[in-house]
Amino acid sequence: MTDIFVAGDNIISSLGFTAEENFSNLKNNITGIKIKDDGLLYPTAFPVSQVDSTRLEIEFEKIGNTNNYTRLEKMFILSITDALKQNKVDITSPRTVFIFSTTKGNIDLLEPTKKNLFEEDRLKLWGMSKEIAKYFNNSNEPIVVSNACISGVLAIVIAQRLINDGVYDNAIVAGGDIVSEFVVAGFQSFKSLSAEPCKPFDINRDGLSLGEGCATIILTNNQNLFNSTNRIKVMGGASSNDANHISGPSRTGDGLYFAIKNAMDDSGLTANDIHYISAHGTATSFNDEMESKAISWAKLNNVPVNSLKGYFGHTLGGAGAIESVIGIHSLRQNLLINTKGYSELGVPEKINVINETRHAELKNFLKIASGFGGCNAAVIFSKNE
Amino acid sequence: MDELILTLKKQLIEALNLEDIQPEDIDTDTALFNDGLGLDSIDALEIILILEKNYGLRIDDPKEGMKVFYSIRTLAEYIEQNRK
Amino acid sequence: MNNNIYISKYCKINRFGVSVNNETIYQPTNEFTFAEYMKDAFKQQGFNYLKYFKMDNISKLGFLTTEILLKSTNLKEKYTNEEIGVIISNSNSTLDTDNDFNQTIIDRENYFPSPSVFVYTLPNIMIGEICIKNKIQGESTFFISEKFNADLTCSMVSNLLKSEKTKACIAGWVDLSVGVKEFDSFLMLIEKGKSENLIEFNKENLNKLHQIK
Repeated sequence: MTDIFVAGDNIISSLGFTAEENFSNLKNNITGIKIKDDGLLYPTAFPVSQVDSTRLEIEFEKIGNTNNYTRLEKMFILSITDALKQNKVDITSPRTVFIFSTTKGNIDLLEPTKKNLFEEDRLKLWGMSKEIAKYFNNSNEPIVVSNACISGVLAIVIAQRLINDGVYDNAIVAGGDIVSEFVVAGFQSFKSLSAEPCKPFDINRDGLSLGEGCATIILTNNQNLFNSTNRIKVMGGASSNDANHISGPSRTGDGLYFAIKNAMDDSGLTANDIHYISAHGTATSFNDEMESKAISWAKLNNVPVNSLKGYFGHTLGGAGAIESVIGIHSLRQNLLINTKGYSELGVPEKINVINETRHAELKNFLKIASGFGGCNAAVIFSKNE
Repeated sequence: MDELILTLKKQLIEALNLEDIQPEDIDTDTALFNDGLGLDSIDALEIILILEKNYGLRIDDPKEGMKVFYSIRTLAEYIEQNRK
Repeated sequence: MNNNIYISKYCKINRFGVSVNNETIYQPTNEFTFAEYMKDAFKQQGFNYLKYFKMDNISKLGFLTTEILLKSTNLKEKYTNEEIGVIISNSNSTLDTDNDFNQTIIDRENYFPSPSVFVYTLPNIMIGEICIKNKIQGESTFFISEKFNADLTCSMVSNLLKSEKTKACIAGWVDLSVGVKEFDSFLMLIEKGKSENLIEFNKENLNKLHQIK
């Protein structure tokens, strides 16, 4: 097994344009979810976490022509640029590959006002990815994972596997999605959006809040390419399917349990070795219930667990990446972040939900995710002093 | 009421992609969900959409919907009682 | 290096017809629409699964290809739920269905977003349908590429099969463009271990099999 390290990371979200800025806002318990009432994304008011558009344009103008890229592409490029500053990874090398995670890419290009702004291929997820890779002069064909809400976690697992098998030495894993009319309408048709900012694992939870953003995690097998204090490694991961229903999770949590168990086996770790779980915690009735069952089945009931959806909203293809970056910073700072929106346990299994930000000695953390189509994924990160 | 029941059956067949089923194949009083016609949670949401689109009726909580949708008859009765 | 991995069966569907291991088993009549083609081929195979008719175009294509692929393979007798993986890719994601969903929201005066259409606007839902029907619970991934990427498919499947956890994999390509202007699927059943009539699993063979019309 090759050691695979995190060599750089970034988050672009409602809470900032660097991982540090985002983490700092989380420490201060600040949420990026606000009520939006302008009738643009949806006819009536709803809570949502959006990237500051004005700031996005200003920041992007410093590194590129803002007319040549879509909203999501600008987020990706800014994010990757920042992450690359943290190491000496050669972005143009054939041994470096982009692995993107996104559910709908540039889907806003279907809107009447945006219809002819870019060529047709930018609506294709490979077209968007190619444009971003071109910006960085990387000529490998980007890998594009589009697997519902587990895409971010899955992209990290795939990166680890490909580097471990010697296919590449470095992987720029970048996950993101925008909030669009398309997606808001879809989730409203499912009646799965809460009228207020979401409450993960809470007894009064009644649905999710949407969010947008992206995150980058740069992985490498070469520890000489980055500053070596607090090295974070990707230990292993797994995916699975519930084989139960296309839009509702398993009622037993079996699929997610398999993913957790296999991720631990893959990492050479047991339940006793896990110090923190970053859950999916979307705050829908079914998801949080299912997750509590899977966590309990894996004997992880006492492990501190949080959901970050109360800060970022559900960022879909960005979720696995954004939340993993926060987990990485949690490991580095030995800090467990509060579960914003949570006050009283409302899931069948007794799990240890983090209800205030506090210090803890952390070495290994588990990131889990589940998504439409019955898919589940889990990945484990470890800190080496 | 009979006309509404027939219309509802046709609307369900179309919206829910019920293959090879004619209105006369759907029993007015049989359970739509679980056993009966075997509809699921996504079908329930589509029925909520039919109520909104064709009858101007809004159901915000899918769980409330499941009670109303026991059978074609209860659905028709709900519409008759509430429609504008 | 092969690592003892073989293609034991493959199925292809395009406008010319349905073939298994390069032998045509069904041809649509010229007048058939895509929907009629998918319905007729499904019934001709003797399949019985009402949920098929609720699926969107691309999920029907992927589901049908898989059901024909798995017919008579006794897959569930040889492997447990978790030992079977699914790796599928395409170029258009679900743009055809995205377009359909967009039509339900484009007019604010006639705004009725359809949940049964929206649920199919993610490409991995096709994998979900396959897993539900066949009770497959192993590793799965849906990825997007401009053209069928034999290299990446090979790397990902080989990685899964060299571990002890995955012993068989359904893998390949299922693509369908907006308005169903074009469509094609190519799915393989890949297993560890050799017996007669198996094709070695490597990049060259994958490309060769995919090219055959």
